Amino acid sequence: MSKKFPRVHDPKKLKLIANMIRRDVVDMLTEAKSGHSAGSIGLADIFTALYFNVLYHDPKDPDWEERDRLVLSNGHVCPVMYAALANAGYFPKEELLTLRKLGSRLQGHPHRGSLPGIENSSGPLAQGFSIAVGMAIVAKRERKRWRVYTVVSDGEQQEGQVWEAAMLASKYNLGNLTAIMDRNNIQIDGFTEEINPIEPIAAKYRAFGWNIIEVDGHNIKKLIDACNESKAVYERPTMIIAHTIPGKGIPFMEFLTEWHGKSPTKEQALEAHRILELDRREVEEE
Amino acid sequence: MAVPYNENPKEKKATRDGFGKALVEIGEADKNAWVLTADVSESTRTHWFAEKFPSRFVQVGIAEQNMAGAAAGIATCGKQAFISSFGAFSPGRNWEQIRVSICYNNVPVIIHASHTGITVGPDGASHQMLEDIALMRTLPNMNVLVPSDMDQAKKATHLLYEQKMPGYMRTSREKIPTFTNEDTPMGLGSSNLFIEGDDVAILACGPMVWESLLAAKELKKEGISASVVDLYSVKPIDKEMIGKMAKKTGLIVTAEEHQVHGGMGSAVAEVLAQMKTDAVLKIHGINNRFCESGSAAELMAKYKLDSSGIAEVVKEEVKKFKS
Repeated sequence: MSKKFPRVHDPKKLKLIANMIRRDVVDMLTEAKSGHSAGSIGLADIFTALYFNVLYHDPKDPDWEERDRLVLSNGHVCPVMYAALANAGYFPKEELLTLRKLGSRLQGHPHRGSLPGIENSSGPLAQGFSIAVGMAIVAKRERKRWRVYTVVSDGEQQEGQVWEAAMLASKYNLGNLTAIMDRNNIQIDGFTEEINPIEPIAAKYRAFGWNIIEVDGHNIKKLIDACNESKAVYERPTMIIAHTIPGKGIPFMEFLTEWHGKSPTKEQALEAHRILELDRREVEEE
Repeated sequence: MAVPYNENPKEKKATRDGFGKALVEIGEADKNAWVLTADVSESTRTHWFAEKFPSRFVQVGIAEQNMAGAAAGIATCGKQAFISSFGAFSPGRNWEQIRVSICYNNVPVIIHASHTGITVGPDGASHQMLEDIALMRTLPNMNVLVPSDMDQAKKATHLLYEQKMPGYMRTSREKIPTFTNEDTPMGLGSSNLFIEGDDVAILACGPMVWESLLAAKELKKEGISASVVDLYSVKPIDKEMIGKMAKKTGLIVTAEEHQVHGGMGSAVAEVLAQMKTDAVLKIHGINNRFCESGSAAELMAKYKLDSSGIAEVVKEEVKKFKS
């Protein structure tokens, strides 16, 4: 590794970054007037952990050969990824407000080639998971030092392709692959366990030969530890089941399936900012 | 000027063999060439590559969706990927993965579908892929080639490889006389005029090219002078040749082992409809139905896609055209 992105270790700083990402996502979705709020907001801590501590990457050199790859499979939560990329310095933050608009590099679902830092076009669920497996096969066969991280959703597990990919990752002993599942329990039509239960999800992946780590998806330090732990498991891919609260940090969104696929109104955005500002002050005072 | 071809070929070879041979050549020259297969490596001829370059071969098992996705992932790492299965499953089952993971990402993955068309024969309708050209040619960033014999399939594989973008090649299981040779041209958006005639132009692809060449001879005996064009490049398509044939003969008959909706014939119709011409077109293929088990020869005869069937269809069209 010839270069290294400065990692943030201070828990307070990491929390402030996650707070900033949440505010950005609220603004982006409010301005876009459409998009997926609950998942994006709920993933703020995971994306903070990834882009500000876990990943080897260089925002000023997005195509750096030796970078870790982050493959977003559930592309509909891309606002949180865009916000994380902008805060990490991949592109100007002002551009965040162009989300979903004509001529924007911030497509409604990510498009590879449009925006620096986007490894894959995604949206149709499960596709990113296979792409990540393909990348990890190359890295393993060619003894690359970079790793592949992929973020998947829980509802996504209902797609058959996920299990095709899970099986192949296990066949090739992809110890260089870390998947993080956003276990927020919701999907468009309701709760995952009512729509088509995915449980026992940990047992399923274990049966497929994966290493399983379960973690509080809002505890940034634990998320970082889980990613580091996955690096130490050489012969098996790891699935980090990150238990999250959809809309976490904005009480009127939390736990509600109705917030899966809609954006806040201007009034709701103001309320969200008021709450996030209180949170920020609390963190500052810690 | 017509392109020369061997009128009395001694050898018969399957087009899928051309793909397998080209893969080995590409694998030798390019260390970044990777091949993925979904269980049917021998049938699709990827086993030759697998034996020589095991470290660049990925056996995904019976999982065509994951094969397309993993190939896209491999291709994003600066690799050239090839995926191979029977047409009924790839692109039959994994169209959405081809659309987004391969085409929208715009990564160099070449999809080889073997065992397409009715010439798969005894396997029956579930395995007789007759809709793949329609599925593939509508995708942005995708090139579509349907080679007519083993040598052309080899060249088509190299040609798609050189584009460094998504590509689709359709081959068949049945052995076809190798009537072309190394000097027979092949280019993207091009075609080969093998026989020049004035009454009608037969535009064919895949196994129907050889059958059309034989049909033209039969027709000649009955006083009908037919042009025969190998329209192997379905996308991009040779508009100039189609225009030339329309002008020269005024009557075009397309022949393919594909549904008449959405295939090569439809691509020709799109060109003619947007051109200043009063040429008449007959799209000959499988007309909105599933077929059945039988030998390749029996099915080609039944659906009028062998030489005498094509000749019969052409004769009828010429008669209608002149009346």
